[in-house]
Amino acid sequence: MALARTYSVALMGLDGSVVEVEADISSNLPAIVLIGLPDAALAEARDRVRAAAANSGCPLTGRKLTINLSPAALPKHGSGFDLAIALASLAAAGDVSAQSVESVVHLGELGLDGRLRPMAGILPSVLAAARAGRNKIMVPAGNAHEAALVPDITVIPVAGLRDAAIWHGGQFDPIPVEPLLVAESPNETSTDYDLAEVIGNDDAVSALQIAAAGGHHMFLLGPPGAGKTMLAERLPSVLPDLDETAALEATSIRSLSGQPIGSHLVVRPPLEAPHHTATAAAIIGGGSGRIRPGAAVRASHGVLFLDEAPEFASAVLDVLRQPLESGRISIHRANGVAHFPGRFQLVMAANPCPCGQYGTSDNECTCTPSARRRYLGRLSGPLMDRIDIRLTLRRVTATQLRMADGEQRLTSEAARARVVDARAAARERLRGTPWMTNGQVSGSWLRAPARRIGHRAITGLDRALERGTITMRGYDRTLRLAWTIADIDGADRPSAEHVGTALYLRKGMIP
Amino acid sequence: MAAKDALGKRGEDYAVRYLQERGYRLIDRNWRCAQGEIDVIVQHGREFVFVEVKTRSSTAFGHPFEAITPAKLARLRRLVAAWCAQAERPVNRVRIDAVAVIGVDENAVVEHIRGVS
Repeated sequence: MALARTYSVALMGLDGSVVEVEADISSNLPAIVLIGLPDAALAEARDRVRAAAANSGCPLTGRKLTINLSPAALPKHGSGFDLAIALASLAAAGDVSAQSVESVVHLGELGLDGRLRPMAGILPSVLAAARAGRNKIMVPAGNAHEAALVPDITVIPVAGLRDAAIWHGGQFDPIPVEPLLVAESPNETSTDYDLAEVIGNDDAVSALQIAAAGGHHMFLLGPPGAGKTMLAERLPSVLPDLDETAALEATSIRSLSGQPIGSHLVVRPPLEAPHHTATAAAIIGGGSGRIRPGAAVRASHGVLFLDEAPEFASAVLDVLRQPLESGRISIHRANGVAHFPGRFQLVMAANPCPCGQYGTSDNECTCTPSARRRYLGRLSGPLMDRIDIRLTLRRVTATQLRMADGEQRLTSEAARARVVDARAAARERLRGTPWMTNGQVSGSWLRAPARRIGHRAITGLDRALERGTITMRGYDRTLRLAWTIADIDGADRPSAEHVGTALYLRKGMIP
Repeated sequence: MAAKDALGKRGEDYAVRYLQERGYRLIDRNWRCAQGEIDVIVQHGREFVFVEVKTRSSTAFGHPFEAITPAKLARLRRLVAAWCAQAERPVNRVRIDAVAVIGVDENAVVEHIRGVS
C-alpha cells in the first residue's frame, strides 16, 4: 500500500482543528515533499523525520514521499506533526499497520535520535481532538500526565518513534530509550502571599474581599510605599479555587504558553503582572505565524495587575477594553483569527502624581497641577469607567504599626472562606441569568422591582445622582458593589450602610 | 583498485545483468567524456536509457538512492546531451533511470526507478 493517513491537531489560539496527514510513496528518488501550508518549523520536519526514523531503526522508504496536510487552507505551525508524518510514512511503506495508524491522533516532536520531545499546547490539542470525537491519542511520554487531564480519552504515551511503530504493529524489537521529560512544575506562587502580612489599611483589606467576592475590577491610588503592590499580589490568595471548566481553560493557556503542567489541573487563580513597558502584543497576545497568548490571556480566571498603570502606553491600556467588555480576546492576523478567553479581574495601581507625594502628610508634592492632571489623565475615561472599586491608600503610620502588634489579623484563608460564601449567595440570586458574579450583572436587572432596595437604604445613592456627583452608569456600578457587600455580610438585601460603603469605594479618589 | 571502486564495479555488473534479464540491450558501459562518466547505457525498444548505478553494502548509512543528488542528476543530463551529440545515429527518445544495488554478494538486492529526473 503506497498511501496511508493519520491525524494530528493544528492549534489556532486555544481552538484546535484535527488535521489529516496523508503520506504517498511514488517511484522516484528519495525526497520528502511537504504540502499543505506548513510554516518554517514544520517544513523542517522533512529532515527531522528522516533522521529520526533512520536512527531509531525503522528507516523510511527509499522512494519519494509526498506528505499532505489537509485541510490545506488551514495554516499549520510548529513541530507537533513530526510523529504523525513519520507514522503515516511508515504505514504507507507497509512497515506498520495503516489501519491502526489511522485510528489514532498523533502529537509530538521528534528528536534526531527518534525520541519524542514534550511539546507546548498538548492539553488544548488533546481537548480539540476529544471534541472532534477522536478518543485515542498518542503523545510524548513527557506529556502523558498533561494529556490524561482530559476526561474520556485513551492516552498512549510513547518514548520514541520505535515504540510508536511497535504499538502500531511494526515488526521491530523493542529497544528501551530514556524518555525525555519536562521539568517539574514549580510551586504555585500565588499562594505564597498571605493577607495577614498586611498591616493597617483595614479599608483596603475589606475592599480586597469585596473585589474578590464580586469579581469587581479595582484601582488603587496611593503614594509609594503605601502597599498597593502588596495588596494587589494578595488578591489571588483571597479568590476561591477555580471550578472544573475554568481550571481546564487556565491549564490549557498555561500549556499553550509553554509553562510546565504537573499531573493536576491549575486550580488556583493565576496572577499576571506585566511591566509597564509592555506592548499591546505582550498584553493581549500576538505573533505573525503562531499567535501566542499575552499576559491578559494568561491572567484569565485570575488577576491582571498593572502596577504604575499611568506609565503604560495609553494604546496598550485601551486594548483591555475589549476583554473587559466581552470576556474574550480576539487577535486578527492575515492568516486567521485566534480567540482566547480573557475573563480576568483587573487591578491597576498608580501614584497620585509623577513625584508620588501628592496628598501625603509628611512630604510636599513638587508637581505642577497640570502635570498632576495629565498623569492620571493617561488612564482613559472609558477604561476607568469599567472599574468598580477606586481606593485611595495611605502610608502606614507608626501608630498603626504599634497597634498591629499582637492583634489578630485576617488571614487569606479566612478571607477566602467569606468570599466563597458571598459568591455562593450571589450565584443563588443570579440563578437563571447568564452571570456568575455581581461584577458582571447589568444595571437594569439590579434595578428591577424584584430586587428593589428599601427607600431608606438607597436614599444616599439617589441624592448623589441628583447632585450630579455620580452618573447613571456610576449609580449602577455602585448598586452592584452594594449587593456584593451585602453578600459578604450575609444580608439578603443591601442596607444603608452597605450602599454608603459602596459609594465610598466607587468614589474614593483624591483628584 | 580501491575497495569502494571494486564494490561499485561489482554493483554495476549486477545492475547490467538485472537490466539484460528484463529485455534491455547493453549499448555501452562507463562511457567517459571531459564532463564525467555515464555508468550504463542500454536500449529498450526505440528508447535509450542512461542508468546511474549506486551500490552500498548495507543501508546503515542510508539508502543508495539518497546519494543521487539534484546536482548529480543535472550533470547526468549534460552527459546525456554530450553522448547524443557524438552518437552515430540520431537519438530520438532518452530516459534517465537509477539503479540501487544493496549488498555485496550474489544475494544483493537490486532496485530500479524509471525516469528519475
